[in-house]
Parts: sequence; structure tokens; C-alpha cells
Amino acid sequence: MPRIPLLPPQASNFAQSFDELFYVLLLLSVFFAGLVFSLILFFALRYRRGSRYNRRMGHRGQLALEITWSVIPLVIGLTIFFYAARPYAMLYGNAPSDAMEVFVIGKQWMWHFQHPDGVRENNELHLPAGKAVKLTLISQDVIHSFYVPAFRVHRDVVPGRFTTVWFVPRIPGQYHLLCSQYCGTEHSRMTGTVTVMEPAAYQTWLASGGQREQVTRRSMVQAGEALFDRFACVSCHGFAPARAPSLVDLYGRAEMLESGRTVLADHDYVRTSILEPDKQVVKGYQPIMPSFKGQFTEEEVLELIAFIKSLHTGDGVAGPPTGATMPSVPASEAPRPTRTGTRP
Amino acid sequence: MAQPDERTNYLNWSHTVKSWLLTTDHKRIAILYMVSITVMFALGGLAAAVIRMALVVPQDTLIRHETYNKMFSMHGVIMVFLFLVPSIPAVLGNFLLPLMVGARDLAFPRLNLLSWYLYIIGGLCVVGAMLAGGVDTGWTFYTPYSSIYSNSHVTLTIVGVFIAGFSSIATGINFIVTTHKMRAPGLTWFRLPLFVWSLYATSIIFVLGTPVVAITLALVVAERVVHLGVFDPALGGDPILFQHLFWFYSHPAVYIMVLPSMGVVSELVPCFSRKRAFGYPFIAFSSLAIAVLGFLVWGHHMFVSGQAVWTGMVFSFLSFLIAVPSAIKVFNWTATMYKGRIWFTAPMLYALGFIGLFTVGGLTGLFLAALTVDVHVHDTYFVIAHFHYIMVGGAIMGYMGGIHFWWPKMTGRLYPEGWAKLAAGITFIGFNLTFFPQFLLGLQGMPRRYHWYPPEWQSLNVLSSAGASILAVGYAIPLTYLIWSLWYGAKAGKNPWGAVGLEWTTTSPPPTHNFPRTPVVTWEAYDYRDEEPPTEEEREPVSVPAGGER
Repeated sequence: MPRIPLLPPQASNFAQSFDELFYVLLLLSVFFAGLVFSLILFFALRYRRGSRYNRRMGHRGQLALEITWSVIPLVIGLTIFFYAARPYAMLYGNAPSDAMEVFVIGKQWMWHFQHPDGVRENNELHLPAGKAVKLTLISQDVIHSFYVPAFRVHRDVVPGRFTTVWFVPRIPGQYHLLCSQYCGTEHSRMTGTVTVMEPAAYQTWLASGGQREQVTRRSMVQAGEALFDRFACVSCHGFAPARAPSLVDLYGRAEMLESGRTVLADHDYVRTSILEPDKQVVKGYQPIMPSFKGQFTEEEVLELIAFIKSLHTGDGVAGPPTGATMPSVPASEAPRPTRTGTRP
Repeated sequence: MAQPDERTNYLNWSHTVKSWLLTTDHKRIAILYMVSITVMFALGGLAAAVIRMALVVPQDTLIRHETYNKMFSMHGVIMVFLFLVPSIPAVLGNFLLPLMVGARDLAFPRLNLLSWYLYIIGGLCVVGAMLAGGVDTGWTFYTPYSSIYSNSHVTLTIVGVFIAGFSSIATGINFIVTTHKMRAPGLTWFRLPLFVWSLYATSIIFVLGTPVVAITLALVVAERVVHLGVFDPALGGDPILFQHLFWFYSHPAVYIMVLPSMGVVSELVPCFSRKRAFGYPFIAFSSLAIAVLGFLVWGHHMFVSGQAVWTGMVFSFLSFLIAVPSAIKVFNWTATMYKGRIWFTAPMLYALGFIGLFTVGGLTGLFLAALTVDVHVHDTYFVIAHFHYIMVGGAIMGYMGGIHFWWPKMTGRLYPEGWAKLAAGITFIGFNLTFFPQFLLGLQGMPRRYHWYPPEWQSLNVLSSAGASILAVGYAIPLTYLIWSLWYGAKAGKNPWGAVGLEWTTTSPPPTHNFPRTPVVTWEAYDYRDEEPPTEEEREPVSVPAGGER
């Protein structure tokens, strides 16, 4: 008989807090189920038909008893609720600022990973132990779900919007990576392996170019820059007078829209602006940008986002790409019509 | 005091096919439902058998992925929409509600017949879609897979579910109006059998929830056919919106499946304990509380979907609240047995089995309501095991218990008690052997709807499949002896269990109009005295005392 452990190894920082709560619930369940079952068994035997026990009839229910056995489950339930809510908020909340970001694209039926430095992997994800990892996930077709049981980490991968999750892999080893949301014919084959390595081994692996078949020599930022050039985005974004808002320092900023709403310029905002530019027009600009829907894959959108995210004033990479076909003016120097005070 | 029409009853007053197919008698419609629902159960069970056989090996040696996906979809669609949802309400509810409230029929007899036809048309569409090549979306029809990507017969299947939904709505309206307007003189709300309360709560969900799922599925069809773009992100839609709309019905639907069972158990436990139901008003109101709270917890199906963290917390909070009325019921049933005079009949065994399975299912629900634990076991076999304990364990044990309890009333024949007890035991063991290993599989991380799986999970899968074959035996035995009993079972008296309740005051099987004259109720519900249950001889009609009405 093979050993059947109850839960997989605790291979991430979240595993322990999940497991503790699980075992508390297990104990509670065993206690209450045991209580109910033994009472039923005891009554069934003691008060069975024909037994000699002298029964006194007539009680119809007592308010105190009913209140007691309503309040106890309520209190226990709410206590568990509070204990469960905190790690949940952490898991799906903001990752630590030094977290390493990996982009995940789900497609029928494979997992595609993009490391910022250009390493790409399919169905295999290599991570260093002890370092926080932030995953940004999107699907290019149906809903998938990224699931690593050993990490107790689970996140749906939805088309049309980014979801995120972060964790710290702890123990080097190989773990199942599964798709848990039914996604079509080969759903159960949409599996892979997460390999957690000692940091040194990870560096070696990275230096050797990572996985064999999927190496680009360009980082995601460089790949995004190349796309930016190829599609001549600079011809609108970054000239004076600018036909479109500057992209320098855009990422993370609050953008005032024509509609009067303010949106945070995050992954979703940038992606929407590329694919459906009419949806969220920045205040003071005309909706003249064409849609790039169908021209970029989700991978390329992520590269563009990475590039835009890298555009900061004063850190060397600022301004439109130098390889542009037209002479460029640093966007930070371009006038910014009608927009004031939106810089953080 | 033999009644003049003693020998004519709803079964034998006419034998023509037309008299069955055009009947407006709630009892005949119940029988029509029972036959058609049994066929659906067999089809859904067949698909389950194929699934469990395929999962004995981790590779796809027996059937291909596509076939596997179609099998679990067929299993889910048929079992949920065409068996579990209508089972107890449409069969036992239809048969018993007028009898229990002392009425001649339901409020709208023709609407009742229409609801059966809608069920049949819906069922034919679904089965037709299966025969035409099947559907591979699972019973949840998640978009955009169902709306854009699936190349199977999604539209026809959805049309079937849509039509069957109207059957539910019609039944719900009929039950609500009947309970309000057709109660016999003296039958106040707090003298109603608890089964009627549970049907009432179920009907509220039918009427409020079913239209939402109908519209949602209609939108999926519109998306497939005319590319409406409500759910497709490529057209500006939101794929998660579907899940909100779908679960707004489908979570309460879980309570559609288990509330009537709770009602049945609330009848069986007092009868076979010869005791009043402990805490009657608490059991009654907990049904309503479950129906209402059931509408507020749908978001717990989306804890990992990307919905806002705060949304997840609100739904988790509300989900814990629903544990309270469920716990109230379990404690009250247990307390009802205290100082009772417990009579171990097959229905009582099913009722006790129900309490056991429901307790396990309910407690594991707490794991899923707890946010972080759900994150780990979401969409795994833990969830499969949990909802099978609630929906299937709950619904089947209640349905079988109820069928056995009222079988003498429905058919006028007694079933063989020994065989029935054996079947109840086999079902209980088979059920646990099938689904308990699935909790362990889920904790290990095995996702649902997996055809191929890592080999280390094989032993638990083999165990589960072995359990499924035992469970199949547990279902096959009653099917055999119940049919047998129609011809060879001992004739049942009016009241073979010595039970209280209006349905036991009329003949078995009841005459077409249920009661020779409208009964007047002067006693409280579950007015069991401290008395031994009837002896073997008393269960058969010869020794039923004349004028056995209370």
C-alpha cells in the first residue's frame, strides 16, 4: 500500500498558513461529525423499538438549546472566516516590490512563460528558491487556471484581462503545474512542471540560456522596443506637438480620461489602450489611434507593456527609442497639452 | 366502513394511453415524472460508469479525450438539470403536496401537465444533442469556451436545458399557490408537514432563480449564433460575467436538490422515532433561511477567478452564515430521535444515511467557504466529492427514503423490507467508497475533468471506481424489487407505518380525488403518541381498523 499523504509538500511561503487552517478545519469537522454520528448511533441503539428504556415524552424543543446550537456554529464559522481572509488578501494582493515578475500566457493547450530577460519556456517554469515571484497571467483563448498544488497557489487565467498572484517558492524540487479550469479537448494534458532551483543553480541555468528551444537573445523590454519601432508608435507618442500622450512615466500613473474618470495605468489599461484605443481616451486628446487588435499576440502585448513600463525620466532609457526611423525628441520634453498635475 | 369507490383509485380508473398522457391528476403526473426521471438517471449513471472506468488507468487507453469530455458533460447536464433538480419535487412533491394539504389536486392541474411535457421536450433535446455527437462543455457551460470555442452541440443542449427550466418554473408556481390557497380547513402554516415547508422553499428558488439561468444560457446561444459579444472579451464582453449569472442560479440550485431531501428526512425521522419533530419552527424556518441565503453566496465559486479580493471576502462571509440553518436541521433531527421508539425500516436507514452524508458534505463545505483553503482545492476532486456528498448523497438518500416510505401509498403495495435494508446499506457503503477517496485526491491536487492524470493518483482512483460499482448495485437492487413489488408485493393498508399526516388517511393508492370529503385538521403536525409502531399484520389492509381516520 503506497503511503497516502494528505497534502502535497509545503513548497511555498503560503503553504503553511493554508495547511494550518486546513488541519484546524479537519479537527473541527471530525469533532462535529463524530458528535453527530455518535449521538445518532447512541440514540438509535438505546431508544430502538422494543428496548426497555422508559421514555418520557412531550418535549417539543427548547429555545435555549436551539440558540446554543445556532450560535456555536456561527461563532466558529466567523472565526474561520477571519483567519482565512488574511492570507487570501496577501496572495492576490500586491507582491513585494523586489518580486521577480514572470508573465504567463495560457493557450489551448499549453503554458507559455516569459521571463523579463528574454527566457521563454513552454510547460516548464524554472524559479529560484527563496525569491518572491509575481505572476501576471492572461489567456489568449478560453479561461484556464494556473495551479501548483505544492504551492497552494491557484489563479484563473482569463482572456481579455490580466490576473496576478505572487508567492515565494521555498524548497527546490519539481512540482506539478496543472490547468484546473476546463478548457477543451486536451484540458487534462495542459500540465507542466515547475522546477524550483537553488539560487546559484538558477543563475547557471539562466546563463546557459534557459530552456533549449525557446531562447530569445532580447529581453522583454528590448523585444517591446523593437515592436514599438516596427509599428512606428513613436510617430504619435512622443512628438511635439504630441498627437498622443507621452508614454514616459505612464505606467503606474493615474490617467484622467475624456469621460472624466481616472484610471490607474496598469497592465490592463495599457493592453486595452493598444487593442481598443477608443475605450479609454486620455483627456485632451482625440480618439485617433487605430486599433491594433489582431496585430499583436498576447506575448507581444506583454513585451510592449514591459517596454512602456521601462520608460522613466532620467534613468537612461527614457524617451522614445533611438532606433526609430524618424528623429526623436525625448517625450519628457514634449509639451503636454491640457494635462496638469497628474504626475505622482 | 368500506367506501363505495374503494376499488377504484387513480391507477386503475382507466388504463388507456390517452388517460395517462392527457391526465391532469397530480398523482399520475408524478408517476409520469418518476418513469422519465428514472430513465434520465440511468443515462446519467451510465455516463458516470464510463467516466469511472476510464479513470481506473491514468492514461487514455479506454476512451479518447473527446469522448471523455462528452461523457462528463452528459453526466453533469443530465444529472443536474434532468434528475437532481426535478427528482423529489416533481415526483414526491407532485404526488404528495395535494394529499398533505388535503386538496383534490394542485392549484393548476393543466399547468402541471404542461410542466411534464416541457420536461420531456427539454429532455429530448438534451438526449438528442448527446446522440447527435454530444456536448463537451461540462454542465457549467463556462464562456468563452461554450460560446466561441466548442465545436460540439452546445446550442441544442442549451435549448433543452432552457425548456426544462420552464418546467421547473411552472412546478414552483403551482406549489406556491397550492400551499397558500388549497390547505384544508384547520391546516395552519404551523401544522404543515415539514416536507411542505421544504417544497415551498424550493419553489421560491425555482421561481426566482430559474429565469436567470434561462436568460444566461439564452445569451450563450445568442453569442454562438449571432456573436452578440456579452461574454467574449474579443467583442468587448466579460467572460466572468457569465459565471456570476450562472452561479446566481446554480448555487441556489444546489439547495433545490437538497432542501426537498431535508423535507423528506423531516418526515421520516419523526415517524420512525414515534416522536414529534424536535424544534418544528426551527426546521421550517431554516428551510426558508437556506433558500434566501442561497441567493447570496454565488461568488464563492469564483474565489480564484480574479474577482476583487473584497468581493471574495463578502461571499466567504455569507457562505459561512448558511452553515447555521444547515446545522440547525442536523441537530434537530438528532434531537428528534432522543427518547424515541426507533424503528429501523429501510426509509429510516436512508434517512440516517442522509444525515451522515449531509453532515460530511456540509462540513467539507466549510473548507470551501474558507478562502485560503478553497484556493488550494478549488476545481479539484475535493469539490467533486463535496458536492456529490451534498447533492447526490443528499438528494439520492432522501429520494430513495421518500420513495420507500410513500411507495405503499403510491402503489398500494409493500416493498420487500429485507431487500430494501440491504440496498440502503450497500448504497451507503458504495457511496462513501466512491466519493471519500475523491476528497483525498482533491487534497493532493487532482483537478476535476481530468482524463489523464499523474500515475501517483491511481490507487485512489481505482478505489473510487470500485466504490462506484458497488454503488451501482445499490441502485440496481431497488429498481428490481420495486418493479417486482408492483405485481407481487403484499397489499398495503391505508397507513402501514402508523404515520400521521393527511396522506395516510386516504386509501392506498388514493382515489382520483384524493379524499372522499375535504378533511378538517384538528391536530398538530407529527402528533405521534408514545406507542409501538404497527405490527406486521397491521401493515396489511385486512387488519386496518375501520374508519382509521384520526
